[in-house]
Amino acid sequence: MSAVQLVVRGALWGRKKVDVLVAKGRIAALAPAARKTRVDGAEEFDAAGLTLLPSLTDCHAHLREPGFEYKEDIASGLDAALHGGFANVMCMANTSPVNDNATVTELMLEKARAAHPGGPRLYPVGALSRGLKAEELAPVAELARAGCVAVSNDGLPVPSAEFFRRAMEYAWDQGLRVIDHCEEPSMNPGAGMNEGAVSGRRGMTAQPDVAEAAQVARDILLADYLRIPVHLAHISCRRSVELIAWAKERGVPVTAETCPHYLLLTEERAADFDTAAKVNPPLRTSEDVEALLAALESGVIDILVTDHAPHAAHEKEVEFDRAPCGISGLDTALSLTWGLVEKKRLSREAFLRAWTTGPCGIFGLPVNRFQVGDPADFLLFDPAARWEVTAGNMRSKGKNTPFAGTVLRGRVAAHFLGGKKKI
Amino acid sequence: MQWRHKDLLDVSQLSLDEARHVLETARYFQEINARPVKKVPTLKGRSVVLFFAEPSTRTRTSFDVAGKRLSADTFALAKSGSSLSKGESLKDTALTLQAMSPDAIVIRHSSSGAAQFLAERLECSVINAGDGRHAHPTQALLDAFTLSQRWGSLKGRTVLILGDIAHSRVARSNVILLNLLGARVRLCGPRTLLPPGVERWEAEVFSDLSKAVRGADAVMCLRLQLERMQAGLLPDLREYARTFGLGERHMALAAPQALVLHPGPINRGVEISSALADSGQSVILDQVAAGVAVRMALLFLYLTRKPAE
Repeated sequence: MSAVQLVVRGALWGRKKVDVLVAKGRIAALAPAARKTRVDGAEEFDAAGLTLLPSLTDCHAHLREPGFEYKEDIASGLDAALHGGFANVMCMANTSPVNDNATVTELMLEKARAAHPGGPRLYPVGALSRGLKAEELAPVAELARAGCVAVSNDGLPVPSAEFFRRAMEYAWDQGLRVIDHCEEPSMNPGAGMNEGAVSGRRGMTAQPDVAEAAQVARDILLADYLRIPVHLAHISCRRSVELIAWAKERGVPVTAETCPHYLLLTEERAADFDTAAKVNPPLRTSEDVEALLAALESGVIDILVTDHAPHAAHEKEVEFDRAPCGISGLDTALSLTWGLVEKKRLSREAFLRAWTTGPCGIFGLPVNRFQVGDPADFLLFDPAARWEVTAGNMRSKGKNTPFAGTVLRGRVAAHFLGGKKKI
Repeated sequence: MQWRHKDLLDVSQLSLDEARHVLETARYFQEINARPVKKVPTLKGRSVVLFFAEPSTRTRTSFDVAGKRLSADTFALAKSGSSLSKGESLKDTALTLQAMSPDAIVIRHSSSGAAQFLAERLECSVINAGDGRHAHPTQALLDAFTLSQRWGSLKGRTVLILGDIAHSRVARSNVILLNLLGARVRLCGPRTLLPPGVERWEAEVFSDLSKAVRGADAVMCLRLQLERMQAGLLPDLREYARTFGLGERHMALAAPQALVLHPGPINRGVEISSALADSGQSVILDQVAAGVAVRMALLFLYLTRKPAE
């Protein structure tokens, strides 16, 4: 054990107290907490009262660089990720210029390495179509070689089934899975408000959940027909959940994600025209919340993502129908979803799958299962710490969150990446 | 009654007593409007900004007349030629106006929630003169005033609102206020022009005008915007007029002496037959006169309210 560089003592792992031993940036052991025996030359960390969790992975974030650095940049986005408990972040391609060529991908990776050489690690998602216009395929092979781990048209739907089918085929040959932003573009695209009782009462332009489910159905049928996997982004409603359950029962290669806000908020949150609650797809109903929680528990929905979408304050401080969609999520995701575990709305197992093994399995990213040799990416979480969601308490430049002013329970007390203490 | 509200965003803010008080106050001003000299010094030295970010002639004029009859100074700010058309945000326009210290801002805006947006940021009173599809409280109050002039109480009366309910702030505010005042509300229009969730509104919903109008004490027609055809919500004007246009044959099925209302401007021969608009059953011009009285009442109440301690 002479190579042990770090010993974390007495952390809570499930119901057990454990020690974590790290050597060469990797897990050397996860053992029942032992009497304190000094390991020569190893750093010690007393984790009494803290909960041990593997670092999380976010497969869906908008880090805005290049082009929209006033909303967020890679350095600030990864800083929010680090403090929010994330080791791996996949960033979407709707930057300016769009990430539809190796130059942009390489720029993103360079910025990430320069700002955060020891992680969190950045994994760009390439554009599915040139300029995200859904007209011509992006050079997917070039993007894959440059380091993109998936391709997506995220932010904008792909209207043509034929185009989408060819994109799935072409990308899969390059080893990349397509992530689809499911939104039927003829039905009030980007309304950011659910069509239903609230929108009807308040006279708000809105989009029915059918707009999402219609493209979910299309993608499932294509995945079944082609036997090529597809990953469905930010699923928000029961109708989509039912289609995905149907697909999985039949062995269709489909995976799906949802976001913390769809598990915690409903359309009522936007009833007062609060643009912080304007998001695409929109917040739905309590029935949808229940369906999503059950689907996440059962694995019909595979993973959680933030869909971190930072915006500048002045962009959100406008009339509801003029505000951009999106919620800044990296700072709050862990506390919000751990809160679901504490309230027994979600099991610890489902939580860990949804944030760690699930996403890393789908996109082939390094994951810590606390088995010998796994990357020593983990955090010590103080489940009792209370913190208020305020601009000053967020690391992201985007302070746009419907949870602003809420007091959350649980915060990252320490975050180790590759065995090195980053915070 | 001591008025307690800073802003009028929708009629849903008003209690039954408050709504009645507005109508009472309007009755008083209606009498002033019948005098040879129609101006009173009540609001002398007070200023009201008429901020109309969406085209409107009648509502703006109505507020302008109402303010001037109370001796308030009114300032009109239209979107064209204003800083809004130069890309200034609503927030900055609002703050700029506030810096000029008006006592009230009357706002008309195409975005639902725009009046609330201003009210949350301004110290002066904000009166909603129509925000998107959301609310048009002064219209609902003047409609109720018009009906009460004829009926006394609205209690137990049946009012049919006909046409494009989905896109109508007039309909939304009227459904709330008519229910508050004890009337029974019916809605009628093609499914494509009914709002989502309408089945949970306090109203009976019809798709057949002949059934909807049966026994109604008043029919409130709504203006049909021609964009609805382009959006694929309706085939054409001819079919709409034949199916949902209110004519004398429908009024024959309504209660005797049933009234016909329209917030204007009307499309003759589309949502209402020309003859009916000019008939003795029509109170469309009474609504215009009521508009001035109701807006005088509102300006009076909001500008003389006692500020919260």
